[in-house]
Amino acid sequence: MVAAKTERLLNLVICLLYTRRPLTRAQIRTSVAAYAATTSDEAFERMFERDKEELRELGIPLVTEQIDTLFEDEPGYRIDRREYAVPELRLAPDELAVLALASRTWAQASLGGPAAQALRKLAADGVERDESSIIGIEARVRTIEPAFDAVRAAVVETCPIAFTYRTNRSGEVRERHVQPWGLASWHGRWYLTGYDTDRADTRVFRVGRIEGEVRRDGVPGSYAVPADHQPRALIRLQARDGEPVEATALVRPGAGHALRRRATSVAPGAGRVADAAWDVVTLPTADVEALADELAGYGPDLVATAPPELVAAVVRRLRGALAAHEGGTP
Amino acid sequence: MSPRPAKPPGDKSRPDKALGDRARRRPAPESATDRLARLLTMVPWLLNRQGIDIEQAAAELQVSREQLEADLALLFLCGTPGGMPDDLIEADWEDGRVYLGNAEAISRPLRLGRDEALALIVALRTLGDIPGLTERDALDRTLAKLEDAISSAAAPAVAAASDRIQVDMAEGAQGEILAALRDALHRRRRVHLRYLVPARDESTERDVDLMRLTSAEGRWYVEGWCHRSAAVRLFRLDRIEAVTVLDVPGEPPQQARPRDLDAGIFQHSPDDLLVTLALAPSAAWVADYYPHVSHEPDRRGPDAPGAGAGAGAGGTILRLHTADVAWLRRLVWRLGGQAVVLEPAALAAEVAQGAAAALTAYGHAEPVH
Repeated sequence: MVAAKTERLLNLVICLLYTRRPLTRAQIRTSVAAYAATTSDEAFERMFERDKEELRELGIPLVTEQIDTLFEDEPGYRIDRREYAVPELRLAPDELAVLALASRTWAQASLGGPAAQALRKLAADGVERDESSIIGIEARVRTIEPAFDAVRAAVVETCPIAFTYRTNRSGEVRERHVQPWGLASWHGRWYLTGYDTDRADTRVFRVGRIEGEVRRDGVPGSYAVPADHQPRALIRLQARDGEPVEATALVRPGAGHALRRRATSVAPGAGRVADAAWDVVTLPTADVEALADELAGYGPDLVATAPPELVAAVVRRLRGALAAHEGGTP
Repeated sequence: MSPRPAKPPGDKSRPDKALGDRARRRPAPESATDRLARLLTMVPWLLNRQGIDIEQAAAELQVSREQLEADLALLFLCGTPGGMPDDLIEADWEDGRVYLGNAEAISRPLRLGRDEALALIVALRTLGDIPGLTERDALDRTLAKLEDAISSAAAPAVAAASDRIQVDMAEGAQGEILAALRDALHRRRRVHLRYLVPARDESTERDVDLMRLTSAEGRWYVEGWCHRSAAVRLFRLDRIEAVTVLDVPGEPPQQARPRDLDAGIFQHSPDDLLVTLALAPSAAWVADYYPHVSHEPDRRGPDAPGAGAGAGAGGTILRLHTADVAWLRRLVWRLGGQAVVLEPAALAAEVAQGAAAALTAYGHAEPVH
């Protein structure tokens, strides 16, 4: 069935590209074998209408023009050749190399198919590639989030959606209603930005935390996205809010390399823990809880000293870890 | 009469059936319109590569050889109106080489559709953001030409959406370090790295012969032959503290093979330790971040170890491989009781001892709070 239909559609495309003048339905019916084989006018009309729509959905510029016949105007059909074909782009070898790199970016992701297809179209002429400028370089995007395709379609079509979402801090699971604005990959994960209609505010969602199906919750194009919306900027903003404060910690000599790299100052041996001299490391932070996560990870190699809420947050983590693991073998 | 190709299309026909993609996407059978779109792209491509080896063509077109033969057989039945033999497309692949002819009407590819254009534009802009990665000039020229190749039906949607889909690969790319590594790759020079291993809280020095620079899962890595470990190693750019390009040729040895990163950047080795963690609901993100063996609801009773800390009720039991116990201790300390090591017991004891030692240090630190 699929093969027969593909054959019919391909013959229709060739027929409408080949013709110089628009063809009437009757002419099309006699020109395409599968149409000629239809047994009633009705069957032909139905088939042709559907095929016409499917070709348009593929982006084929099938145009309808009025043909002046002897008695009355009748619609005629053809495919606009100039609108149909990729124009002569005269891609330079380095441009083709860049395109190939761009296409490969999606190789392991949901747009991998369209990206490869696009490259095949643009590289159809068989121009040589000059890859010397991008030697040894690869860029990869991944879309392992099951909801990615549905979310992407909604962003592109500006269609409201509803989904079940698990929040980060509390792990709470809730139904959300969102007008999608943008989609961005940041630190290797995909985020959806948009307007949360229940909360009447802009929100950022991790696509990976959407559970189950994404449902369409309205009509495409039923809302406007702010013209200056920059998904990445919103995500970055969300990731670091708050004024930076200065944090200090005593760090065992030879430990805390990652902290020392970001430190505004390191005073070797300036602090004491029991009888040993430890280094005093000072660094700025905009997020005390996030820094507390990191500092608690240094375990017995670090003692946070300021600000007090940081010290409390680190101690709370260590006590929690100790309580959970005390009492020998679990 | 409905002529059919000699062989039914194979199920490997979907070009987007990405290998290594662990998403639960099952390749749907190709629809007639999808196949048409593919054929309209394939014909111009083959017309410009007359006599191409059929296996090579199938590989580059990302279809099976059987599928390609079925496609050629179908093309053979199509042509301009009239239905006379010289109206039909000529397709010949008998000697293992593909020849196409008499396909003038469809000799140019169809313009780019919405997703095709979006995929390339978003990727090109992503590359353009990376500090010093590609010639800006070539990217700008390519983006401009691409505009002309988009179908006019898709153009408005592409223009509206291409600004709203973004990939950030610039963060952590460390402009100067990336530039130095590119230079070394280009001139095939060995580099000296000062490299941080945060899991062991160690700063290391090593000489590396570079193989490639790659961005994966949101981070930049350089892969090369590390002389210190006499093996191929991946280094995260944001952990390279300093790089010096040496005046020594940097050719990796014959046996050095790049790792297959298609399945992800984390790959465990057989001697890794298997760890079982009980995660509280608030620590469920750990399962998103780290590759694991299994991930299942915590069905243990309320008195089970770790249950008092929040696991047991809506929690998760996560089993993962790690080569690095230090990394896991850090993770568990920072989770402050939201994660409990169930196995191995020795690791659980280390976590407890380390936390106790740290809390003792707070009592003996000056200045004391």
